Amino acid sequence: MIEFEVLTKRYGGFTAVDQVTFTAAPGRVTGFLGPNGAGKSTTMRVMVGLTEPSAGSARILGRRFADLTNPGREVGVLLDASAQHAGRTGREVLTIAQRTMGLPAALVDEMLARVSLTPEEAGRRVRHYSLGMRQRLGIATALIGDPEVLALDEPANGLDPAGIRWMRDLLRGFADDGGTVLLSSHLLHEIEVVADDIVVIGNGRIVAQGTKQELLASAGTLVRAADLGALVRALEADGLTASVADGAVFAGADVSTVSRAAFAAGIAITELRTADGAGLEEMFLELTADSQRDHRGGTAA
Amino acid sequence: MTTTSTTPAITTTPRATARRERAAPGPIPTGRLLTVELRKTFDTRSGFWLMASIAILSVLATIAAIVFVPRDELTYETLAAVVGTPMAVILPMIAVLSVTSEWSQRTALTTFTLVPNRSRVVAAKATVTIAVGVAAMLTALAVGALGNLVGSAVAGIDPVWNVSVVQFSQVVLAAEVGMMMGFMLGVILRNSPGAIVGYFVYALVIHGVSAALAGSQEWWADNGAWFDLNWAAGRLYEGTLTGEMWAQLGVTAAIWLLIPLAVGLRFLLRSEIK
Repeated sequence: MIEFEVLTKRYGGFTAVDQVTFTAAPGRVTGFLGPNGAGKSTTMRVMVGLTEPSAGSARILGRRFADLTNPGREVGVLLDASAQHAGRTGREVLTIAQRTMGLPAALVDEMLARVSLTPEEAGRRVRHYSLGMRQRLGIATALIGDPEVLALDEPANGLDPAGIRWMRDLLRGFADDGGTVLLSSHLLHEIEVVADDIVVIGNGRIVAQGTKQELLASAGTLVRAADLGALVRALEADGLTASVADGAVFAGADVSTVSRAAFAAGIAITELRTADGAGLEEMFLELTADSQRDHRGGTAA
Repeated sequence: MTTTSTTPAITTTPRATARRERAAPGPIPTGRLLTVELRKTFDTRSGFWLMASIAILSVLATIAAIVFVPRDELTYETLAAVVGTPMAVILPMIAVLSVTSEWSQRTALTTFTLVPNRSRVVAAKATVTIAVGVAAMLTALAVGALGNLVGSAVAGIDPVWNVSVVQFSQVVLAAEVGMMMGFMLGVILRNSPGAIVGYFVYALVIHGVSAALAGSQEWWADNGAWFDLNWAAGRLYEGTLTGEMWAQLGVTAAIWLLIPLAVGLRFLLRSEIK
């Protein structure tokens, strides 16, 4: 479990993280979603004590990170896969973590196998690693202590499609085993496919949070008709929010409500479905755009 | 690939309980931090070659001394001095890198996430640095002794053993002062090239300026040793120190090492690590 309580980090007059409050619960993957520079990494650095917060707190398993006696055994952390000594071999990087945590040496090979780094690759120096290999090594470092909590910042960067799939399965399995996963990303799709709960951050502020189902439901319905203008007017007449994008109308209501409104107005619809992926993406862009520009026309939210 | 859940119902339940029941792990003992930090000074290519160069240069310097130094001057003292010279350059570099590589290579992110108490890590690094200094000087002593035996045999003279324990201890102390200077610069600058350049500015430029000043300015010639650590520590190579000389060493070490180190540590402990 990870709890953030009104966490704030200011740099001079700039507020990088603004009163962030959310909980990453055990048994669930919590996606931490936001555009680059939204404050995700700063929030995660504060969580592990690398950055001092201006106000608020972050607690892991009920304790401050600094109070964890052997943090690697309780929290697996990967903040930046490129932050590894270029002159060390992959195996050595992992060995240092294993020794620091006081774990059996045999775990090193076990972990290398688990993240699919071959013995030959593990013997190479990190400077010759691709970003994907560094990510795998970083994940091995995070997992080697058999932690209860995983916190990964953009772990899919540099992974190939098979690697991304592998990572997704790994995180899913970890959460299904009762672990807590906090996964940050600026890519909506990455979060959407694996997260149970989603926290959206923009300009340092949380702009939306909830279960994936809640956020998807609030994303509304996609509906098409020959006359989009008439459809929008009909929906708005019923008090629903509606906006046009990509030759379709996004309505802020569930499918049956939208269907009834169109039927009542006598409009023949050509397509009607839950605006799942596209809707969440719309929401993500909308929410983050709203937080970046103060006033923007009210479209589906 | 991984052992992910193709059969989640079977694997999930027991592990979920295991996670809940587990006790908090014991604290990380200091001995473990020391061995890890020691390992980290050797396990990179640059670290390995710095260490290896201590042994290699000691041997090369000894051979050079046997070949070039006149026979009647070929004593243990001469050999120890010759062997010690490369040390004076390499050891401070090892000290610098033990701190700065964490920042230059950004491994500080991992190091301080595994051990959140930064002062413990820095203390372990300082201890390892001092120990490496002593070990390196003992290596120099051994190589010098071997060189003395070989050199005397080659020259056909009796080996002269004219280095006392006190003298050797002073030379070790002088080497440690150099290492601590490097360590302090590493703590303050947290940047490898910056700290290495800083060390040479201290050891060569400031030293040179001070020596030139002492040659032309009487007050500095009389009192400079109260301000110049190079000067005060340089006497450790020359023989017995008077009480005043020890006091000068203490004062200059406080000015050049302890105060900057204390300030640097304060910043290091609070700094944001990115």
